[in-house]
Amino acid sequence: MAFDSLSAFIAMEGHGPYVWTCYGVFFVLMIGLMVWSRHRRSAMMEACRRNYERQDQGRQREARPAATFTRVEVSQD
Amino acid sequence: MWQLFHKLGSPKWFYGIATRLMPWLLVGGALLLLAGIVWGLAFAPKDYLQGNSYRIIFIHVPTAFLAQSVYIMMAVAAVVTLVWRMKLADVFVKAVAPVGLVLTFLALFTGAIWGKPTWGTWWIWDARLTSMLILLFLYGGVIALDRAINDEKSAARAVAVLVLVGVVNIPIIKYSVEWWNTLHQPATFKLTEKPSMPAEMWVPLLLSILGLYLIFGWLACLRMQTEIIAREQRTRWVKDLVMAGRY
Repeated sequence: MAFDSLSAFIAMEGHGPYVWTCYGVFFVLMIGLMVWSRHRRSAMMEACRRNYERQDQGRQREARPAATFTRVEVSQD
Repeated sequence: MWQLFHKLGSPKWFYGIATRLMPWLLVGGALLLLAGIVWGLAFAPKDYLQGNSYRIIFIHVPTAFLAQSVYIMMAVAAVVTLVWRMKLADVFVKAVAPVGLVLTFLALFTGAIWGKPTWGTWWIWDARLTSMLILLFLYGGVIALDRAINDEKSAARAVAVLVLVGVVNIPIIKYSVEWWNTLHQPATFKLTEKPSMPAEMWVPLLLSILGLYLIFGWLACLRMQTEIIAREQRTRWVKDLVMAGRY
């Protein structure tokens, strides 16, 4: 340990504010970037899933027969 | 060799590999980075000249190092995009440019804060600082250009050309501390020489550089996956993947 006490560690002989600001901004930005990137992938997946479901529903509606075919018998005599 | 090249170009294959790699990259990266930072902050001896403010080095050097290294990787990917028209190379450039932007900003920001107690000023138009600021603008330019062009193929080509033009800035950043009489101190690590600092200082620094590299790998995989899903959403395998709901 390079410091005698916790308060000395935080004060860093007067350089504390500089050091801790750097580390604070570093962690906020890096963790923010990681969380945001992760969220973007889930959001993309979710958007695709909704899209596929809509398409599948559309296809099911099309699959219903439009009209029924009836055989008509015509007398041959 | 060509088969591997071909495989690497396949988004589906890459997606699977990335999924398997990512937990290792994240855990390994976080452990190395935290070990380096804790060691550097609390256990490394203080600098005889700069006192404790030098402890900023344990994030300043890794972010600055990665910022340049990411740009070089983007330049390699840009060549691959232009010459072989490999889709994944362009996906890489698009995915990592914002990460490069954040890393460059962090390098400049931590440098400015370190500069205040050490040099007595936040900012000076010194060669190293100015060329790093240009790198920040280059990353911003790449992101803006990519968003400005709607057609995927034209965007890929335009962005690749911009990245390649900007690569001249990298040797300028690297050698600025030698070519000009700058306020910035010379490089901490050189491949050809032993580090000028004691092991208790450079080992934690090396750990945090490696850790940040792995975290970058994780971010690159994750963001490339996002881009791949967006581009390949009409394919069967993406549909199966999304509908399986494993994400």
